[in-house]
Amino acid sequence: MASASGDIAVELTDIEKRFPGVLANYDVNLTVRRGTIHSIVGENGAGKSTLMKVLYGMHQPEEGSVSVDGAEVAFRTPADAISAGIGMVHQHFKLADNLTVLENIILGSEPSRGGGRIDFAAARSSITEIMQQIGTELDLDELVSELGVGERQRVEIIKVLYRGANILILDEPTAVLVPDEVNELFATLQRLVDEGATVIFISHKLDEVLSVSDDITVMRQGTTVAHTQPADIDRPGLAELMVGSELPSPAGRNTTVGDTVRLAFRDITVDGPEGRPTVQNATLDVKEREILGIAGVEGNGQFELCAALLGLTASAGTVEVDGMDVSTASTADRYDAGLAYIPFDRHREGLMLTAPLWQNTLLGRDHEPELRNGPLVNAPAAVAASEEIIERFGVLTPNAHTPAFALSGGNQQKLLVGRAMVTEPSVLIAAHPTRGIDVGAQAAVWDEIRMARDAGMAVLLVSADLEELIGLSDRIAVLFEGEITAQLDPDTITAAELGGYMTGVRQREAS
Amino acid sequence: MTTTEPDISKNPLDKILTPSQSPQLQTAIVTVAASLLGVLIALGISAFILAVTGKNPVDAFTTIVETAGNTDKLVEMLDRATPLIFSATAVAIGFKMNLFNIGVEGQYLFAALISAQAGSSVNLPAPIHVLFILIVAVCAGAAWASIAAVLKAYKNIHEVISTIMLNFIGLAVIQWLFESFFREEIEGNLNVKTKLLPNSGRMPTIIDGRLSTVFFLALLVIVGYYVVVYRSRFGFRLRASGENPDAARTVGISARTMVMLSMIISGGVAGLVAMKSLLSEAYAYGPNATPIQLGFAGITVALLGRNHPVGILLAAMLFGFLDSASATLQLAGVPSSIVRVMQAIIVLCVVILNEAAIRRLNVRTAEQAQAQLAPEVNA
Repeated sequence: MASASGDIAVELTDIEKRFPGVLANYDVNLTVRRGTIHSIVGENGAGKSTLMKVLYGMHQPEEGSVSVDGAEVAFRTPADAISAGIGMVHQHFKLADNLTVLENIILGSEPSRGGGRIDFAAARSSITEIMQQIGTELDLDELVSELGVGERQRVEIIKVLYRGANILILDEPTAVLVPDEVNELFATLQRLVDEGATVIFISHKLDEVLSVSDDITVMRQGTTVAHTQPADIDRPGLAELMVGSELPSPAGRNTTVGDTVRLAFRDITVDGPEGRPTVQNATLDVKEREILGIAGVEGNGQFELCAALLGLTASAGTVEVDGMDVSTASTADRYDAGLAYIPFDRHREGLMLTAPLWQNTLLGRDHEPELRNGPLVNAPAAVAASEEIIERFGVLTPNAHTPAFALSGGNQQKLLVGRAMVTEPSVLIAAHPTRGIDVGAQAAVWDEIRMARDAGMAVLLVSADLEELIGLSDRIAVLFEGEITAQLDPDTITAAELGGYMTGVRQREAS
Repeated sequence: MTTTEPDISKNPLDKILTPSQSPQLQTAIVTVAASLLGVLIALGISAFILAVTGKNPVDAFTTIVETAGNTDKLVEMLDRATPLIFSATAVAIGFKMNLFNIGVEGQYLFAALISAQAGSSVNLPAPIHVLFILIVAVCAGAAWASIAAVLKAYKNIHEVISTIMLNFIGLAVIQWLFESFFREEIEGNLNVKTKLLPNSGRMPTIIDGRLSTVFFLALLVIVGYYVVVYRSRFGFRLRASGENPDAARTVGISARTMVMLSMIISGGVAGLVAMKSLLSEAYAYGPNATPIQLGFAGITVALLGRNHPVGILLAAMLFGFLDSASATLQLAGVPSSIVRVMQAIIVLCVVILNEAAIRRLNVRTAEQAQAQLAPEVNA
């Protein structure tokens, strides 16, 4: 399927990259053939990002050589890499919302027509040409804030191509996309390589890697452990290469869903901008020992629904926790009534990054009698409570006095999971509890949620990871444009079908 | 194979830090080192400015050093630091929750007028009279600040805008109140004031009248600031709201309550800024008797002191010292305005160096943490 001409676009030889005390990459060898899609797979922390930063000129390796198009190079900055034809599409988009598509694409390399004026006509025609090449169409005058996630990603890709890149690095590009958008992305990438470009695709979604790649390189603990091709390996084999052992599988359960309703909400409606509600008449019950999954494409009201349940945003409708009506209660009172929350975005809503861990675990708990001395913080008790969470949830940290930013994403997440669960809530609202964390940490978080469920907790699980949703949930409700459009049985649904409901292609009345 | 050693560390902070120190101690060491270095660099820049303007920097610095050896001048330093401690603390309370209270100026002048008027209108036994004036001042400052607090909490109007505007409005209100109601007419006296406080409403000065005992109140406020902001649950919530307002809100800390409380407490402390003048010097409010600009000076002192109680105390003393040296400089033929220039350069240098150093420290802390946790890598 590739136009494998045999010549080499990128070659990394014996790369070693060290940070103080950390061997981030060593003995890394990677050969990327021109005109192919080359996947790099590995757990978080396996060294994929470091390696790509080496290639993109953001890090300089201590050992080894990098060659591009057969010539050895030593990039000092990303600008060097860009001028050598390498472009990077970051996982988190770097777009200015208040500018148009066109303005975003040319930002930083505007064509000039003398006198400091921007030659918009020239920009427009070259961008149109690029869009034709990759078979996509975007309204160049639309504001980026109006675009969906998939479209934004295409803007990023066009931005990179506009700068003359013929080697594209895509860092976890599918993490934010729904199945249909993923297919579109892959079609775009295929057209790119047909045109002679080279794509380096970083992912840990094995099915995608197997379906889209020409070549696959597996990384583990800082080094490349295997080179293979989709024809020569299957999914379990690839997973085993990646983690060095068997993947954790979604385990069955020995307990059954109870009869007591622990969380009940009725007709939750949240007003949105321009009069269109972001959540409309959402009504659900979650029983004890039940995990109710909320599926949906991001931005379909999940965040607003959770915010409404927690009293963080104004909403109509009623919320009951353990039979107690908390519809008009403050956020703090709702937590006291038995709610707990693992937030969507651990950095934005969860952590005080520069504060020590013990203060992070104290956040929201400083009124607990054992953690206070009257009006004062009982610091020793808070440190001890934090150490308990660190111990029980396996947070890897030097100690409880380490600032939160020093932890890896997975450990930050475990800390937040611990903070939410240690109070033994009756209802857990878990939003993307394992987003962006590695397989080991993911399994640990899942185990904790299962254990708490078996002990009687009700869980409202919001996730974009369909495997997680299907694997954990007892029931799945689909949120589409703010409405619950379907309730599905995870035992019979497939990821593809679920994707259909999430994008509104399929509709079934909520049962 | 064995674990790799951290042999390529190039972080300049390694010279002054060891891994055995706690992150908090490391922050303290780095802050002190960066601040000292900042002051030294600022002195160097000031010397350069003196030299290019044709003054002899050696003379100027000799004069300053001589001032430092003069006990009277050191007492004067504490006296001058007193109002700065109040105003810097007021500003710092706001900063701790990411609120920029530029309105300390208006708050303290308003408080000065109201408390001067109230204090001269009552007769109370000595300690209670002083206490009464202080309480009135705190309440008046808090009341004026509460306007900005309400605007911020309920209408989401940015406190920078509202407090700047309230400074102007405050000056006009003060002038109107003073001219219309509170001004005491004394024939032939151009230095108009409110009615003088009776003796029972005054706070004594010590050391030949060089140091107002209000200084000790300032120390008390610094200690209170430390306890409330760094040790209390309220302070924890305040700092959490400042560090990450979304996270604080998400765990149930009411942003509205925190904005209201922090702004009002800030205004209350601001109300004390003019108390040295009122209780120990002028015994009245007057356009020419009550010092102005102390609210803005408090912003620079808070910045220099990194919003930390010890830092504020030291920064206020440094500013007080330079202020007291400026008269001596004038006598030595060096323009006293060089002191203002020096103060500004010091703040800039200390703030820039601290920000740079903390950034380095954060990188180092993260690397050290990763290093401690890195599993043994087998090649």
